Parts: sequence; C-alpha cells; structure tokens
Amino acid sequence: MQPGTFLQVTGANGSGKTSLLRILCGLLSPAEGQVNWDGTNIHSLGEEYFTSLTFIGHRHGIKDELTAIENLRVSAGLGGIEIDRNAARMALEKVGLAGRDSVPARLLSEGQRRRVSLARLLVVNTRLWLLDEILTSLDKVAISLVRSLIGEHLNGGGIAVVATHQDLELSDGRVQRLELAT
Amino acid sequence: MLRWVVWRDLILAWRRRADALSTLFFFVIVVSLFPLGIGPETELLRSIAPGVVWVAALLASMLSLGRLFANDYQDGTLEQLMMTPQPLYLIVLGKVVAQWLTSELPLVCIAPLLGVQFGLSNQTLGVLVVTLLLGTPVLSLIGSIGAALTLGLRSSSVLVSILVLPLYIPVLIFGAGAVEATIIGMPATSHLYLLSAVFVLALIFAPWATAAALKISME
Repeated sequence: MQPGTFLQVTGANGSGKTSLLRILCGLLSPAEGQVNWDGTNIHSLGEEYFTSLTFIGHRHGIKDELTAIENLRVSAGLGGIEIDRNAARMALEKVGLAGRDSVPARLLSEGQRRRVSLARLLVVNTRLWLLDEILTSLDKVAISLVRSLIGEHLNGGGIAVVATHQDLELSDGRVQRLELAT
Repeated sequence: MLRWVVWRDLILAWRRRADALSTLFFFVIVVSLFPLGIGPETELLRSIAPGVVWVAALLASMLSLGRLFANDYQDGTLEQLMMTPQPLYLIVLGKVVAQWLTSELPLVCIAPLLGVQFGLSNQTLGVLVVTLLLGTPVLSLIGSIGAALTLGLRSSSVLVSILVLPLYIPVLIFGAGAVEATIIGMPATSHLYLLSAVFVLALIFAPWATAAALKISME
C-alpha cells in the first residue's frame, strides 16, 4: 500500500475482517504469508512498528474508571507522546465531548466512549491507522468527523485501513475496497 | 513510559480501592483466625507464626492476581498496551510494580501488627518485615506469569492457584525459614541471601516470561 491509500475492508460477519486487522497489527500471526512495513517483516521490526501504527479495536480500549482526559493522556503517553490536560481537553472538544471530559468513562454513552477512542487519532502522529468497526454506535456528526479525519490523514501521506459494514465515502471518492469472502 | 503504566494502574486501583482492601482484609482475617482457633498457647503460636503469616500472604496474593490482566483484557486496553512502542516486558514490569504497591505493600505494613498476636519479639517482627519486603515482589512477579497464561480462560482463578502456588514454595521456605531461625536465636542471613537471590532471578526472568505468555494468550 502506498502513502495516501484508504482501504475499506468489507465482508459478511465472520469473514475475517477483524482477524485481518489483528494480523496487520501483529497481534495475530498469519497462517501463511507475512506482513511487511517499509519492506521489513513486522515481526523483525518488533516494537518499532508500533511507533507508526494506531489501532482502534471494536472493544474501545478505554478504562471505565478513568475520565476521558485521563484515558487520552495515558494512551498518548504510552504511545510516546506526552500531552497535558489542555491538549487532551482540546482534542476531546473536537470530537464533541466538551463538558463531558472529566466524568468517569463508565458514565458516558456507547457513542461517547467511541468518540474518546477517536480522539486518540487527533493526538498521535502515526502513519498507519487500523480502525475496526469504527462507525458502530456513532451518529451522523461523528461519522462525518471520522470522514474528515481520514481525509486529512490521507492528505498528509497516511494510510488508513478500515473494517466496516457501512460504506465510508470520502468526498473525493478515494477508496479501495477489499471484499472478504467467507 | 514505565511511569505511565504505573500511574495508570495506581489511579485505577485507587478508584477501585475495595479490591485492594479486600485482599488486605483477607490477609488480616486468615492470620487472626489461628490465635483464635488455637487458644493462648504462646509457645505453639510463636512457633507457627512465620508459617501462618507467610501462607496467608501467598493466599492473599492469589486474590489480586486475577485482576492483574483480566480487566484490561476485557475492555481492550491490554491490546493497546501491547501495541505501544516499548518492550512488552517493561509494560509488564510497570503493571507488576503497581500491583505490588497496591496489593502487597499494605500486607507488609500490617504484618508486624498481626505478629504481635503471636507473641513475636521486636527483632523477629523486624526480620518478618524484611522477608516480606523481599518475598512479596517475587509473589507478584511469578504470579504475573500465571495470570498471563490463564488469561481469558474460564475458572482461571482456580487454574492460577494450581499453576502458581507450587512455584511460591521456595519463597515460602526461605521467608518463613528466616523468621523461624530468628525465633530460635539463629542468624537469618543465609535465608535472606537465598530470598534475595530468588528475588533477583524473578525480577530478571518473570517479566520476560509474562510478556511471552501474554503474546500467546492474545492470539
């Protein structure tokens, strides 16, 4: 895949969309073949590969006991990017969580929790985004936000792989589709 | 990096402090049951005290092991932790440090108070605290291997006990042995040296083994 590629993985339930994404993350080993990043097998790259990758799984990956701000700061900090409370607050404001950023995440709705994980995309500067069922429980406003985020990411030379049932059309129609058969 | 993991787990433990407190209360109650059950026979109590305190510490550490990775596994944060640009063993080490601070250190702090129930002298209580300070990190480190191996399995808490308790035996022998030696007036140094050796070995190898076990469990 070249920089600026947007790949949408579709397929029936159980066709292996999530498995494909987890293989691309290196969480799962492929039964055959290998995943290369910049020409090197990701298994020999090890942790270095994770500096260029952001994964949002279908489980949100946020802690219920932490507030949205804390969740964001911790996941950015673990990714090697330290952000202060204000930077976190601004990112959460952009995903529409202004005023809800200091309550424990368990009090947020499903869609709001999804937005917290979306905010991670704003604070990291990775080249490869792997998004699994990112649109689930998001409203129209948030979906258009995802669209514009991915658009900007691609313009900056990033790569996005999205597994989803719903079509995610970008304004300029840049999209490659991969349909998985069962 | 390491401090983010520790900071995160410490905040989480504080927000769910009932979990850590239940471990502490379990330890206090188990240890206190023995003087109540055996009665005021000072000599007998004094001679069983090291074993009782140590066995109770082993069992109490079982309670907190289930939480080490299981919560993170369920809400998907473990995946995120595994995809951070630092070696997985550092992440594991951070989580183990936080687990020790929240679940084991309180036991070490309250142990002298419980030792008084058994009529232990001040010197013996001091040795007891030293052995617990050296030994409980080993419990956390070895336990993390078991917790990682049984991740996502049903009835994993029983499996963890079966896997991990036999591995705790050296710690139990040297830990309780040092205290017993002090009670009968012998130097405890040889036991303490051996316990320190076990600690160093666990510190080097356990995070590495846990990281490998986590990778297997996540597939």
